[in-house]
Amino acid sequence: MREVTEASHAISDAVKMVKPAVIAAYPITPQTHIVERLSEMVANGELDTQYINSESEFGAISSCLGASATGVRSYTATSSQGLALMNEVLYIVSGMRLPVCMTVANRALSAPINIWNDHQDSMSVRDCGWIQLFAETAQECFDLTLMQFKISEDKRVLTPSMVCMDGFTLTHVYEPLFFPDQQKVDEFLPKFTPYHAILDPEDPMTLGPIAFPTHCMEMRYTQNKALLDSISVIKEVYQDFSNKFLVEIKNTRPASYDHVEGYRTDDAETILIALGSVCGTIKDVVDERREKGEKVGLLKIITYRPFPKEAILKALKDAKNVAVVEKAISPGLGGVLYNEIATLLYESQLKPKVRNYIVGLGGKDVTLNHIREIIKNTREDKGPLEQWMF
Amino acid sequence: MTIDINKLKTKVGKVEVTTGGVLKSEGSSVRNKTGTWRSFKPITNKDACVSCGLCWAVCPEGCIHKDQANKFSADLDYCKGCGICANECPVKAITMVKEEK
Repeated sequence: MREVTEASHAISDAVKMVKPAVIAAYPITPQTHIVERLSEMVANGELDTQYINSESEFGAISSCLGASATGVRSYTATSSQGLALMNEVLYIVSGMRLPVCMTVANRALSAPINIWNDHQDSMSVRDCGWIQLFAETAQECFDLTLMQFKISEDKRVLTPSMVCMDGFTLTHVYEPLFFPDQQKVDEFLPKFTPYHAILDPEDPMTLGPIAFPTHCMEMRYTQNKALLDSISVIKEVYQDFSNKFLVEIKNTRPASYDHVEGYRTDDAETILIALGSVCGTIKDVVDERREKGEKVGLLKIITYRPFPKEAILKALKDAKNVAVVEKAISPGLGGVLYNEIATLLYESQLKPKVRNYIVGLGGKDVTLNHIREIIKNTREDKGPLEQWMF
Repeated sequence: MTIDINKLKTKVGKVEVTTGGVLKSEGSSVRNKTGTWRSFKPITNKDACVSCGLCWAVCPEGCIHKDQANKFSADLDYCKGCGICANECPVKAITMVKEEK
């Protein structure tokens, strides 16, 4: 079925098809439309789910943790301050290896108070041991939501995941969307079967026990290994999904999902790297510069955690100049993704010139002219290595 | 449905861990004698104890028990020596004594 849908509602519809047993959430701009629609579905009897109106995001994620520990599917969504309030529990969910799934509608963190989009919230929790996938379009929001459950619940992974979507530039934007049939979704994502944790008074287990210095580092090792190994499982799920669900509406998603999407990168000498919806703007400018004969491309990162090192290096192998265009900053250091890309390149044999452009913080528009200037400076190896695009 | 804990075990370094640290057995906090952390221990003067049970009610560890004579005292295998019982006892029957070896 085709419909013009708000990306937030695309998420709600995907979650409805996934049928979590528990949804616990607290509304916060710009995530509100997702959970508002889900609570409507539950109230209308369209979705048989225990919907918990939590007293806070700390409560919401804690409820999801508890639900998941009983061996059922659980889901939540949040933004910005809400994600910050969840922080403590995010580490507990991933450490206990519970496959909770979440949508993060990306928004700036206070102060100053700002409800608009950037990636500071997701980046602030990048080390909490969750899988992070970034969407560019409403269709990708929908698809990645279906896929995140399959990835997180895989017994080789057992790691929670967040699908990150840009606040307003995605959450409040209507785009053409293709919905698959429920039956096909059920075939792709069967009923959840718990593998390692079921809280049941009849057959008691201990979950989340204390680990003394004799065991804690060893447990962290297995958690890290699961996340590293999930790279191949995620790829498997991307391929399975792409085979089962073909592109129905042109330019709404990659034909074949992968950790990264290379847009005109094959012979590109200048490559921009970005996350999320800004990739759409960059693709337009890449097309424009290609018409002028400039060998420019975009590397869109979909899988951000685990960090797809191999796929990124493969895409950058012939690049002479690279620009990381990002909506987050590690104050006192620089762009978060920039530093990761630079480290990755240092570990490899590739030595392109790498620049860092900080864009769109707190919802500042990222214009075609910004991207044109970024491409020009990067191609010509001009200007400072780090630049804020006001 | 039941969990097969053997499938969840991995050897890392010198020890064995399970996925997410889950354990099939319950009661590990009974087996682990955590009283060794203590630097002061509560000693009840049973002649003074009036069996009111206030110490039992306020103990954050739940380690104060009643004996056959209805007198209350702490199980020193688990008592952390916080001293709340001694502070709350209305007849001052509990004394905090420094742990010494």
